[in-house]
Amino acid sequence: MSAQAAAMTPELVAEHGLSPEEYERLLAILGREPSITELGVFSVMWSEHCSYKSSKVWLKTLPTEGPQVICGPGENAGIVDIGDGQAVIFKMESHNHPSFIEPYQGAATGVGGIMRDVFTMGARPIANLNALRFGAPDHAKTRHLVSGVVEGIGGYGNCVGVPTVGGEVNFDPGYNGNILVNAMCVGLADTDKIFYSAARGIGLPVVYVGSKTGRDGIHGATMASAEFDDDSDEKRPTVQVGDPFTEKLLIEACLELMAGDTIIAIQDMGAAGLTSSSVEMADKGGVGFDLDLDKVPCREEGMTAYEMMLSESQERMLIVLKPGSEDKARAIFEKWELDFSVVGITTDTGRLIVTHSGRVEADMPVKMLADSAPEYKRPWTPTEPPALIEPEDVPAPNSLTDALETLMGSPHLCSRRWVWEQYDHMVMGDTVRRPGSDAAVVRVHGTDKGLAATCDVTPRYCTADPVEGGKQAVAEAWRNLTASGADPLAITDCMNFGNPERPEIMGQFVGCIEGMREAVEALDFPVVSGNVSLYNETNGVAIPPTPAIGGVGLIPDIAYMADIALKHEGETLLLLGAECGHLGQSLFMEMMQEKREGAPPPVDLALERKTGDLVRTLIREKCVSAVHDVSDGGLLIAVSEMALAGGTGLTLTDYKGPLPLHAMLFGEDQGRYVIAAAKGDDIISRAKTAGISVREIGETGGNMIRIAGEEPVPLQRLRDLHEDWLPHYMSSQ
Amino acid sequence: MKASVIVFPGSNCDRDVAVSLEAAMGEKPAMVWHGEADVPASDLIVLPGGFSYGDYLRSGAMAAHSPIMRDVVKRAKKGTPVLGICNGFHLLTETGLLPGVLMRNASLKFVCKDVLLKVMRNDTDFTRSYDEDEVIRIPVAHHDGNYFADGETLDRLEGENRVAFRYCDASGTPSDDANPNGSQRNIAGIYNEAGTVLGLMPHPERLADPALGGTDGKPMFASLVGALH
Repeated sequence: MSAQAAAMTPELVAEHGLSPEEYERLLAILGREPSITELGVFSVMWSEHCSYKSSKVWLKTLPTEGPQVICGPGENAGIVDIGDGQAVIFKMESHNHPSFIEPYQGAATGVGGIMRDVFTMGARPIANLNALRFGAPDHAKTRHLVSGVVEGIGGYGNCVGVPTVGGEVNFDPGYNGNILVNAMCVGLADTDKIFYSAARGIGLPVVYVGSKTGRDGIHGATMASAEFDDDSDEKRPTVQVGDPFTEKLLIEACLELMAGDTIIAIQDMGAAGLTSSSVEMADKGGVGFDLDLDKVPCREEGMTAYEMMLSESQERMLIVLKPGSEDKARAIFEKWELDFSVVGITTDTGRLIVTHSGRVEADMPVKMLADSAPEYKRPWTPTEPPALIEPEDVPAPNSLTDALETLMGSPHLCSRRWVWEQYDHMVMGDTVRRPGSDAAVVRVHGTDKGLAATCDVTPRYCTADPVEGGKQAVAEAWRNLTASGADPLAITDCMNFGNPERPEIMGQFVGCIEGMREAVEALDFPVVSGNVSLYNETNGVAIPPTPAIGGVGLIPDIAYMADIALKHEGETLLLLGAECGHLGQSLFMEMMQEKREGAPPPVDLALERKTGDLVRTLIREKCVSAVHDVSDGGLLIAVSEMALAGGTGLTLTDYKGPLPLHAMLFGEDQGRYVIAAAKGDDIISRAKTAGISVREIGETGGNMIRIAGEEPVPLQRLRDLHEDWLPHYMSSQ
Repeated sequence: MKASVIVFPGSNCDRDVAVSLEAAMGEKPAMVWHGEADVPASDLIVLPGGFSYGDYLRSGAMAAHSPIMRDVVKRAKKGTPVLGICNGFHLLTETGLLPGVLMRNASLKFVCKDVLLKVMRNDTDFTRSYDEDEVIRIPVAHHDGNYFADGETLDRLEGENRVAFRYCDASGTPSDDANPNGSQRNIAGIYNEAGTVLGLMPHPERLADPALGGTDGKPMFASLVGALH
């Protein structure tokens, strides 16, 4: 596409994802017809992916502050103080559209991109997590997508040498046409060495470092802002290709440069590459940029300004240096065998002026590019929450233990070992809690502190009732951190939804945000970063609303943390939290009745907090030997997971309560924890004093799961069922 | 004792092994950039794990031609102990300090998990603090750990007692189930003729700290400090 050839036709404008109204707006801003490069730049800056034009108005309602928060949303990632002059920097981001089209590279570059968001702020990445949602296991594409995505995540993270320590995997027909790959990175920085993107100062060198620019990923951001149809595979050229080795070099080179005193501002080139990085840096710094594209290191010959500005080639950064420090910086990047090129200068014009081969290809006001993206309050209709289903109205299974075996060996609850054994989860030597517990824990290197991290959301709850689902996602993240012994610090959110131009989808978004807001407020668990992925639809079918929550917590001393494994015989098992036998939207209903009905379990946030605070105190006092929150599948699944993790069986006490047995065992009531303790009496009285429901549910010991009146289930059989599903599925045709 | 850890572009277990060495030695090892011509005076040279040059050509193939490797090979031949872990093992085979090659895992997948190893001999500088035939638990994390050599070479390695570790079950018996990568004769690590160069796929530095869930890797570093002090 050359500048001369392009006449501005309505078709060309539409191809760039701009509505006629948006194009009018562009004309008004420029006061003339745009060049093709300018059209391309506006198109990506105003894409949903970069501008958040449909979501901004709602995202603003989320609480983002707290005494621990150093920097909330708006920068590359959120920053939270963890004491001793250190901060944790983290964010989760989607790479859904590219991963569906090309699973290996889509997922790999998702991991690479989120790590750059974190180290661009001065943090060394110390843990990766990912939340993955695939279609139904029997869908023709699912196996291929699982295989490619897992390999891509491993291929990238393993090579860079950052441990992939946790995450979640779902299978649901709702994702048949649009999978979700949400990658989260947690980094560690010194609070006096945090870097931002504001390019303050005039006449400063603008430096390009990292990989060369190629023609890959052009219009990736625009693709990620549109629905799919049957020809989506043809979008493969918009997917970028990752180079984890270069990323590793880039991390080391950037951190080496950051150790000195030469950087004014730094920003990775993510979605919309050179365009969004330069606009953001110039806008935040209140300056203009003159860019000379002849200086941009290119992988291919004959690239146009349009292509260079829109390329999403990976592993590139833009840095504004203090004047006179170019040589020092260049030496570091040359040592790491990376390109280093001064491509521009900051100016007082407030304009982004791009020249190529002596021609001005674009000349646009930075402020308008950054701030004048349309902002829509799209029409929305709330989701009507379904009626509650009484426990008595859900039929009991023929055999409780058969139901247990069915659930534990199902795609929903089976072991994810096949996935995480392909990820290096131990590199860096600080993974003190490996995958398979409620939250992963990495030690803060050289200290006794630990950072716990988790990814959570239950899309079937969000589908039934977005408000309760949004609340539950935040609460579950908080609960998982608590169960590991951490003080929950803050969250990042990755909002995956369908087409926001449809009122019912926008209603799901609004509902989830509302529920999240309530939970964030009640739990003092602010949102510090996030990402929105809309248009996850194929042929008009949207994904289930999926607000994935990434939570991070601090363990002051890793000698005082908990895991789910039952370690000792003869201990008391206690259930903390109220029992209502809620089976609506439960996995029990889904697996045994093959339906999804009723309201999801409600979350009582006040009780949630009280119960969690007690659990954390008990962990810190070393009163408990194992802790697990009760989530998908309910109580019997929770205790079975604990038994398998520790290789210790258990016997459940004969239940005398008011609920039907199957509702007690498989109900998914929220805000509950199972704990194992040598002495239960003291804990029971403390819980009662605090107004928290508590019940002694059984005792540890043996090598079976024993339920009164049922055939005992040998742990080995349960383990085989639990471990075998995924490897069998992946190796079958 | 002085130790040097060689750092290649793409090494990513250099810090991990330095931590284990420091814990055992009481002082930090020298971190030596691959572009240097000479290794500083050292009682031990460590080639760490990672993905040198991204493993894009063949694991270790490019790093084997880094400037520092000439001196590493020279010193190894003069008897300086060299420990190559994972990607370091690749480098040792690529430079010819150890025979054989490491092919893609039989599963064709990266594998990261604890495995059991049988300590085949405890009379080298690397293994004195283990018992002979002791079964230890050490993690692996690799895509290319499938050790291969021709039958004659394998016979010679075994005849000369140069197999350092074998993947085994809890009773110490090498079995297919215990082998994470399909390596010939369950070989996890081998020595050179003099027993001064050790290459192994498992990562002893990953279980040398109780907070990480085990300490079976620790005796290797203790052995080295004891022997080379």
